[in-house]
Amino acid sequence: MNELRAILIEQVDRLIGDAGGVALLRQVETGEFPAGLWAGLEAQGLALSLVPEEAGGVGLTWGDAAAIWQVLGRHGAPAPVAETMLGAALLASAGIEVPEGPLGLACGRAAVPFGRHVSRLVVLEGGTVALHEAAEAAPAANIGREPRDLVTQGPRIARGLLPNAFGPRAGLLGRALIRAALIAGALERVLALTVDWANTRRQFGRAIGKFQAVQQQLAAMAGEVAAVSVAVSQAARAADAHGLAGAAFEIGCAKVVAGEAATMGAATAHQVFAAIGITEEHELHHFTRRLWSWREEGGTERFWAAEIGRGALARGGANLWPDLTARDPQASEDRSTEGARSGSAA
Amino acid sequence: MRFDLPDTPRDSEALRAELRAFLAEAGRDWSAATRARSWMGFDRGFSRAVGARGWIGMTWPRRYGGQERGSLERIVVLEEMLAAGAPVGAHWIGDRQSGPLILRLGTEEQRLRILPGIARGELAFCIGLSEPDAGSDLAALRTKAERSEDGWVLNGRKIWTTFAHKSDYMIALVRTSPAPEGGSRHAGLSQFLVDLTLPGITIRPIRDLAGEDSFNEVTFDEVRLRPDDLLGQEGAGWAQATSELGFERSGPDRYLSSFPALTAGLDALTAAPQPGAEVAIGRMVARLATLRGMSLSVGGMLERGESPQVEAALVKDAGNLFEQALPEQLRNLLDPGDSSPQLREMLGVLAQLAPTFSLRGGTREILRGIIARDLGLR
Repeated sequence: MNELRAILIEQVDRLIGDAGGVALLRQVETGEFPAGLWAGLEAQGLALSLVPEEAGGVGLTWGDAAAIWQVLGRHGAPAPVAETMLGAALLASAGIEVPEGPLGLACGRAAVPFGRHVSRLVVLEGGTVALHEAAEAAPAANIGREPRDLVTQGPRIARGLLPNAFGPRAGLLGRALIRAALIAGALERVLALTVDWANTRRQFGRAIGKFQAVQQQLAAMAGEVAAVSVAVSQAARAADAHGLAGAAFEIGCAKVVAGEAATMGAATAHQVFAAIGITEEHELHHFTRRLWSWREEGGTERFWAAEIGRGALARGGANLWPDLTARDPQASEDRSTEGARSGSAA
Repeated sequence: MRFDLPDTPRDSEALRAELRAFLAEAGRDWSAATRARSWMGFDRGFSRAVGARGWIGMTWPRRYGGQERGSLERIVVLEEMLAAGAPVGAHWIGDRQSGPLILRLGTEEQRLRILPGIARGELAFCIGLSEPDAGSDLAALRTKAERSEDGWVLNGRKIWTTFAHKSDYMIALVRTSPAPEGGSRHAGLSQFLVDLTLPGITIRPIRDLAGEDSFNEVTFDEVRLRPDDLLGQEGAGWAQATSELGFERSGPDRYLSSFPALTAGLDALTAAPQPGAEVAIGRMVARLATLRGMSLSVGGMLERGESPQVEAALVKDAGNLFEQALPEQLRNLLDPGDSSPQLREMLGVLAQLAPTFSLRGGTREILRGIIARDLGLR
């Protein structure tokens, strides 16, 4: 499976790069759908990639999916790829045939990402999933200027029960994992841009990256970027081992760390870039505005920290450490299997 | 930089259960202050008991007193010790650093002479690096060993050497030949295995701000070393000393130093609930779980024989931030009147100890310099 993951990652990376990179983000922010990119991604089977093979999909693990979302985040996630992957997996798990085209995730009162561009809604309520036609969309956007629309549900096409592994909060947990993974990728991009700038911009006769004051800030930022990546890997591995419902702790941890790191990383990047970084013309803000937006989606740091903290307080000091280690994935029989690392065999 | 997640070692739950039972018994009378000092606590009796269970040097070959177990199993032991706030200082350095170094670079005679004693919890080690004029700039060190007709003569001074006054051996990094003109200062350094009972060694404890004797000044005055006190290769001391940094900087001792206060904090908050506490606690637990993943990831790389020095620097920097912030965050949640006597005692110890977290084993600034170099900034 790791080979397949590597191929898909490479394809996503190349397709988005070829489709225009930052120019594509500018286009998305004006409300235009990147139809060409979408067609390319769909042709690679990405939409159905989280659907099990026996249901006609690719059968990726959550670990594979999170790795792909991280690459997507590196490019600013110009299309609802992650949402469609999740929506398709949820529909298929309830035995509902997955339609073609991008899917809108409708989860409680949360706005629908790219809602104006979808013709089908995946509506999540408790432990049920329903496929609806998308009726009217009231356009709105987050500060990333990504479409976040209020979409009226049209006629219902199908409805089913989610298996227990997904649980009654599948929509929230899936969206949290998606946002954390996208943040991990966007932060990698912002760090790379900022290091590049620090090595290019000269003041006082040398590159500003030669100043220890700048080096120390970027090193600290690298620590946060690495932390998010690890937190997301742990969350995806837990989802592979216990299902989304059983991975709420790790997913919550990932979203807390991702949100905190997004705040710190965006602030550091802007500090190092100084004035040029806050111009419309520069590419940095396409990523930092998304980082600030994505903190708010799929549950904030405060939301998830409160849930984790309530759990820890209810269990008391003596259980904190044993509860943490009890969540370790059990070693597979064959230590050499790749699946163990992504969690599918755990 | 990359952080793959390793497998959990098989049977780790059984090993944890054994450790927890042992620690519950051994730790019945540990004070809150002892638990807060964690691996800065030095208790030879406890270390001997740990050694008797086979939990020191447990990855080493049996002929040297080891158990031939995996390095991730060893991490299970370290984690449980630190989570319980056990006073592991008497065997910590030997198990983490000195023993592995001797195993890798020592002669057969050195291995047989030293390693079984470490594994039994009987031989305590200290690390002879810093000198009065060589701290973060370690290569500026001036202590030197010169060849004599029957070995080496050691002269100079080490400082800030933790537990030197209670240890049996020091592994000292010293100069054995002058740095080449215009060449690297890292050349000409060698490591020695120094028996601290030798004539000519004066160990003067330096009282710290908490009133404790934990670190020392160690003076070498014409100390005569045998040829087989040289550890590893003459002149390769710098590479030898830095090769262990992956082990020194990535372990659970770099993020769990103040963990016992978090458990005491949870109990105090249960007894006296405070508004908003769950959010603050949740943020700390999320960080804890993530740091643990990062540390285990480096542990997995070390087990595979990789040399993740940058990743280790990153774990230490991030871990130190966490273990330093933790007591302060608990202070923000609980006024002294709402706190428990245990937590108050721990926070008092930690306030005085926490500044060292980002000094020992490489300062924050040095670690970030290493990370910055890897980023391509230096």
